[in-house]
Amino acid sequence: MSTSPTRHLDTVKHAAGSPDAAQPWAELGLKREEYDRIREVLGRRPTGAELAMYSVMWSEHCSYKSSKVHLRQFGDKAPHSDALLVGIGEQAGVVDVGQGYAVTFKIESHNHPSYVEPYQGAATGVGGIVRDIIAMGARPIAVLDPLRFGAADHPDTRRVLPGVVAGIGGYGNCLGLPTIGGEVVFDPCYQGNPLVNALCVGVMRHEDIHLAKASGVGNKVILYGARTGGDGIGGASILASETFDAAKPSKRPAVQVGDPFQEKLLIECTLEVFAEGLVVGIQDLGAAGLSCATSELASAGSGGMRVDLDRVPLRDPSLSPEEILMSESQERMCAVVEPGKVERFLEICAKWDVIATVIGEVTDGERLEIFWHGEQIVDVPPRTVAHDGPVYERPFARPGWQDELQADDPARLARPSGGAELRAQVLRLAGSPNQAAKSWITDQYDRYVLGNTVLAQPEDGAVLRIDEETGLGIALATDGNGRYAKLDPYAGAQLALVEAYRNVAATGARPLAVTDCLNFGSPEDPAVMWQFAEATRGLADACRVLGTPVTGGNVSLYNQTGEAAIHPTPVVGVLGVLDDVARRTPMAFREEGLLLYLLGETRAEFGGSAWADVVHGHLGGLPPRVDLERERLLAEILVAASRDGMIDAAHDLSDGGLVQAVAESCVRGGRGARLVPPDGLDPFTFLFSESTARAVVAVPRSEELRFTDMCAARNQPAARIGVVDGDALELQGHFTIPLAELRETHERTLPALFG
Amino acid sequence: MTTRVGVVTFPGSLDDRDAQRAVKLAGAEPVALWHGDKDLRQVDAVILPGGFSYGDYLRAGAIARFSPVMETIIEQARSGLPVLGICNGFQVLCESHLLPGALTRNDHLHFVCRDQRLRVENAATAWTSAYAAGQEITIPLKNGEGGYVADARTLDELEAEGRVVFRYLEVNPNGSRRDIAGVTNAAGNVVGLMPHPEHAVEELTGPSTDGLGFFTSVLKKLVS
Repeated sequence: MSTSPTRHLDTVKHAAGSPDAAQPWAELGLKREEYDRIREVLGRRPTGAELAMYSVMWSEHCSYKSSKVHLRQFGDKAPHSDALLVGIGEQAGVVDVGQGYAVTFKIESHNHPSYVEPYQGAATGVGGIVRDIIAMGARPIAVLDPLRFGAADHPDTRRVLPGVVAGIGGYGNCLGLPTIGGEVVFDPCYQGNPLVNALCVGVMRHEDIHLAKASGVGNKVILYGARTGGDGIGGASILASETFDAAKPSKRPAVQVGDPFQEKLLIECTLEVFAEGLVVGIQDLGAAGLSCATSELASAGSGGMRVDLDRVPLRDPSLSPEEILMSESQERMCAVVEPGKVERFLEICAKWDVIATVIGEVTDGERLEIFWHGEQIVDVPPRTVAHDGPVYERPFARPGWQDELQADDPARLARPSGGAELRAQVLRLAGSPNQAAKSWITDQYDRYVLGNTVLAQPEDGAVLRIDEETGLGIALATDGNGRYAKLDPYAGAQLALVEAYRNVAATGARPLAVTDCLNFGSPEDPAVMWQFAEATRGLADACRVLGTPVTGGNVSLYNQTGEAAIHPTPVVGVLGVLDDVARRTPMAFREEGLLLYLLGETRAEFGGSAWADVVHGHLGGLPPRVDLERERLLAEILVAASRDGMIDAAHDLSDGGLVQAVAESCVRGGRGARLVPPDGLDPFTFLFSESTARAVVAVPRSEELRFTDMCAARNQPAARIGVVDGDALELQGHFTIPLAELRETHERTLPALFG
Repeated sequence: MTTRVGVVTFPGSLDDRDAQRAVKLAGAEPVALWHGDKDLRQVDAVILPGGFSYGDYLRAGAIARFSPVMETIIEQARSGLPVLGICNGFQVLCESHLLPGALTRNDHLHFVCRDQRLRVENAATAWTSAYAAGQEITIPLKNGEGGYVADARTLDELEAEGRVVFRYLEVNPNGSRRDIAGVTNAAGNVVGLMPHPEHAVEELTGPSTDGLGFFTSVLKKLVS
């Protein structure tokens, strides 16, 4: 794309003298009224460089202009939490996990680039979220990747999925970060709009938290990392803020290209300058590149900022100032450094072979001023670029089809009759792409590097040790269910939260805080906007009840091709803490004779279920009922049982229901199980219901009394449903599936599709 | 006096801290060595850790071979300094001609991370004396370019001289010739392998503690 090649430089002076010059605001993605507003703010027409900055910073991706009014609830309704050290609004939230440690974590999307160019799109998605974490002063310690693709057997999925997986692996493995969790979901609604979300978590000491700001007149602004090239120009404004249209030209050049080796050096170099106390503030260059970094740093600080743009090291010397401001070249950071510390800062960069250049300084004015070979091309109040963008109250309306969808009750679907049919359906589910083993994908990720991975996928939650002496650790899980959210976006967002919350608790960790990635269609569609409003309201309400504040996250809109929007897909990441990771609870049934207990209440709830999808291709009715108090109680039980050594394994119950969970724990541990439905529950509902606030746990006989006493005392429903035994999964009196057959069915699906 | 085991950090080394942890758990003192420094700081043995030194630009291990620290390591390895190359370190040792052969892209073209079963074929090297010949161990493997290749004559020689130190069992994860996972030089002081013993030193974080023997082996050799 072009930013109107200017033959002579469009300086501030020139702009003031040529108010009527035509400008490509529409091509840059701005609306007429937005362009008018820029003219009003500046009291003149913007220069080409200013127009470039405003266009990227006021894009949906950077400004959250459609979502802002709804996102405010995460702050307004936030529960009080002593653990929150840095809340929503910074590059990433920071949570106190005890013993002087702070953890920062955030999830982001790289959906659109990953469809256009799967490998680089996914790779740079990892790179971007990792830099957010480094910029807070933390050492990144792991990555999780929730992924959603179109139908597993669609030819284009064969193009997108292997590229995305190789990109995540190629970047994360080379960066030395373990990739230890996430999800892989297939649904035709994501065919033209795959969702590639990435969560990064980092750890630091409390005293090392750094916030991005440019203060102190005379302090130097240093750009360090990769040279700036022509890649990713307009990535935020053009790619991430519009729907795809088959008739338009390729958007491939708007995708950035990543170099994980450069990023690895950037991590080590940044941590070293932080450790020596050399920086006032640091910001990463992600979406909107230098436009974002300079305007955000300047508006967060106390003074103004002057930048000499011609000092920026370039990969392509022909780039115009507009292109340099808009470039999203990867692996770059911007630091504010006191003059006396610049020399040492540059020395450390040189040690790591990282290019570093002083490009400007903090001034005593209130303006962000940018020069090109001595001539002024930008003169703006930085807040107007970074924070005071347009805010839209988009119209929203419950879509007409919602009632009909909810009325289409799965109770009408034919249920299996008899053992043989139950058995067949158990195997169909276990081998369906969404329920099948994902090791073909996750084995392409390094889960061992850094040596602190205690649990990794396919476990419910990932568990990391953060202190080798004390055993202090954290757990993380990400979840989302677009099918539930389509049926009821308010409940759907809550179901995403409670599943991640439950997954964290299943490992024995106490859930503390939330990050979210809200993936939706076009905000210009009132039906989509209604889904968004409902989902944010649902999530904020549930976070308040569970006491887990949203610390940050990301909104991805325009996940839509033509008229067809994706299912509303809020993906929620939950962070928890374990005082001693040696106490963690794995999912595998590892010992014969363990007693299996089903915790929670099971109802006939099949709306949006995996069973309805796999067996009947059905989506309708209402999703399972949310009960936040029950979720909280279940989490407390799981955490206490882990801490006191009462359980040997735990697995959360979600899509696919009890039988899917038990099958996974059997396969993982290499042990069979014999199940008996509790009184009053028919075998079908027992096996496949997706009622929430449930888990299955394996209890050693010696602990049974203590465990059941605890459940009874706390009013936690707990029913003994079987025993770990033999080498088959058996529903007594109905069917038996040899473990080998179960494993084979569960594990062959993905290799057959993609291997 | 504690035994000092150096762990080299190249730009792009990733498992250097893990190798240091393993050395410490085995009872020796880990010493960080920097790629740009010829001085080995009087260490008694050296580990070249896993990772992507110099971004694997050109070819895995190809640039690291020419780094200042490797000059000294190559010289001292020829006079008996115990050197262990893990994954990328193995690639560096092959590029440096301290070990024969080369590592190529996995035959299935994917990066692979798995718990790998191995057989210890030679328990007489500086890094394997804690094992018994024929012992089977499980340690993580994670690489994209782990296919061990050499010409038939070299392979025959390696087999005849007992210089195949580890062989893949059950699954050959990368297309290595004759299932070779690791080899040694003729003197037995330089060993390279693709799997990662440093990731199997604690019950909590590894599939086993089978990797600890690498580090106790070298310690035993140096003390005796």
